[in-house]
Amino acid sequence: MNNPLSDGRLRRRKWIEGFFKILMVGSTALVIGSLLLIIGTIIWKGLPALSLSMVTQTPKGGYYLGKEGGILNAIVGSLYLALGATAIALLFSLPIVLYLNFYARRNSKTAVITRFAFDVLWGIPSIVYGAFGFVLMVFFGLRASLLAGTITVALLELPIMSRAIDEVMRLVPKELEEASYSLGATRFETAVKVVLKQCLPGILTAGLIAFGRGIGDAASVLFTAGFTDRVPTSLLQPAATLPLAIFFQLGTPFPEVRDRAYASAAVLTLIILLISLVSRGLVKKFTKHIIK
Amino acid sequence: MTVRLVKDYLARKSMSLLTILPSFLTVLILFGLFQKSLPILKLKSFVQLIFGTSWHPLKGEFGLFPFLMGTLWVTAVAIIIALPISLLTAIFLSEYAPKFIRELSKPIIDLLSGLPSVVFGVWGILAVVPFVGDILAPMFGTYSSGYNILSGGIVLAIMIFPTIIHVSLEVFASIPFALRETSLSLGATKWETVRHVVLRKGAQGVVAAGVLGLSRAFGETMAVLMVVGNVPAVPKSVFAPGYPLPALIANNYGEMMSVPLYDSALMLAALLLLVVVVAFNILARLILVKAEKRAE
Repeated sequence: MNNPLSDGRLRRRKWIEGFFKILMVGSTALVIGSLLLIIGTIIWKGLPALSLSMVTQTPKGGYYLGKEGGILNAIVGSLYLALGATAIALLFSLPIVLYLNFYARRNSKTAVITRFAFDVLWGIPSIVYGAFGFVLMVFFGLRASLLAGTITVALLELPIMSRAIDEVMRLVPKELEEASYSLGATRFETAVKVVLKQCLPGILTAGLIAFGRGIGDAASVLFTAGFTDRVPTSLLQPAATLPLAIFFQLGTPFPEVRDRAYASAAVLTLIILLISLVSRGLVKKFTKHIIK
Repeated sequence: MTVRLVKDYLARKSMSLLTILPSFLTVLILFGLFQKSLPILKLKSFVQLIFGTSWHPLKGEFGLFPFLMGTLWVTAVAIIIALPISLLTAIFLSEYAPKFIRELSKPIIDLLSGLPSVVFGVWGILAVVPFVGDILAPMFGTYSSGYNILSGGIVLAIMIFPTIIHVSLEVFASIPFALRETSLSLGATKWETVRHVVLRKGAQGVVAAGVLGLSRAFGETMAVLMVVGNVPAVPKSVFAPGYPLPALIANNYGEMMSVPLYDSALMLAALLLLVVVVAFNILARLILVKAEKRAE
């Protein structure tokens, strides 16, 4: 019998194995590398232009020509908008997902259709939400404002949050639910006192994911939130948002202003990184109380 | 006792009422955009609007063809780049990688999908546009500013990596281990097992992953808008600038109310995007459901 290693066909098969392995490792490195490259580039270009006045001041006269000021209007506007939208989205998605998991039967028509609708809504691009928000605005006679922007972003966040909460709620052990029923609790009591507690880390993470999406989305607020140099003091005033501030500053021909766009992008990236870190920390902290 | 039951009853009723919301919202978005695009659809035929190449809102000409082609070109470039790379990555993570690399890469891929599109756009301007304009274009013997279809496609490809990787990983995880072990025990190499067992068994799921990536790419706005050049002409090569549909909507929201029919044309563009994306999504879900049933 031949030495298998000198067998040409086997050597060829091994060679193919190695070739694809290199391709796979290369692809993985490319995917991970692209993330590091993106974050690295943004921080590297943005940090030098970042200063305290940028995050503590609103744009002064001639800011977009390179004069004094900062992007506080956009930071606060984005925070208001994303917080409001996340609160609204949570208010609607939590009862819906609870109903799907604990009232509707697993394969009932309601459950299947609603989950499917969430999938469809999840896939709708944010620019379409923006256009729809605009249609709503015209219908209700609203102008571009914090309120209109918040509602539009809430619609955008609803499917993201619902799907994330649904995923954790499906994992709640059936026994836990049954134990609660056997002690005489109603379904509502079980849902609120047992299930919600059990799902708390998942719900928090879902909220943070949705918040991150809301704060970073530009296309949906373009029509609906407007833009202003002041910090909004009422729901009916227009509000500036970070992504749009980045976009508008990049659109100017002045290098100083473009540098500030990079700095603003660094601020937004840092916020997203922070959200990601916090959600990881929260999950660790709250998982302790969970019954497995 | 009755108070608790009444509470339960009220909670059930109000929750079941809210549960209509997602389906209602889907229909409402479709209806709202359709309603707004009716004025232009009444004046011009649908075919005329879709295949018209002249976009001059002031003259009342609203040909969407250049924008449709812009979207198709950018999406095609993105999917050609993203599909093989994401698939190889997903195979590596699910079949080859040691556990710690798998655990480590999950948050990284999540983070990539969580980065705002504006950040991708800024990075595209800083890194991809110069790379394509100064290095790739001269390499292929053409001149380009770098703001072109290829730059848009590259940025978009990176944006849809997480979608394709995520769905593929789920598909691969649902394939029983016994199948792989059978193949390995018959003397197949690992790659042969992947090719003939994992990929064959997961073929439908992989198609669905691709379709989901495609639909994500189709509607992406800001990042593409920032690097693709925005010239309303049918692109002739990947080094030519393009003007995708979402960019058209985003760029013109300011003036659309001052020109007659302009807003209606843009809403029609949004409706087109919506219909295509929803169709893609439904297709992908149906494939996934079918694949899941077959796996059981």
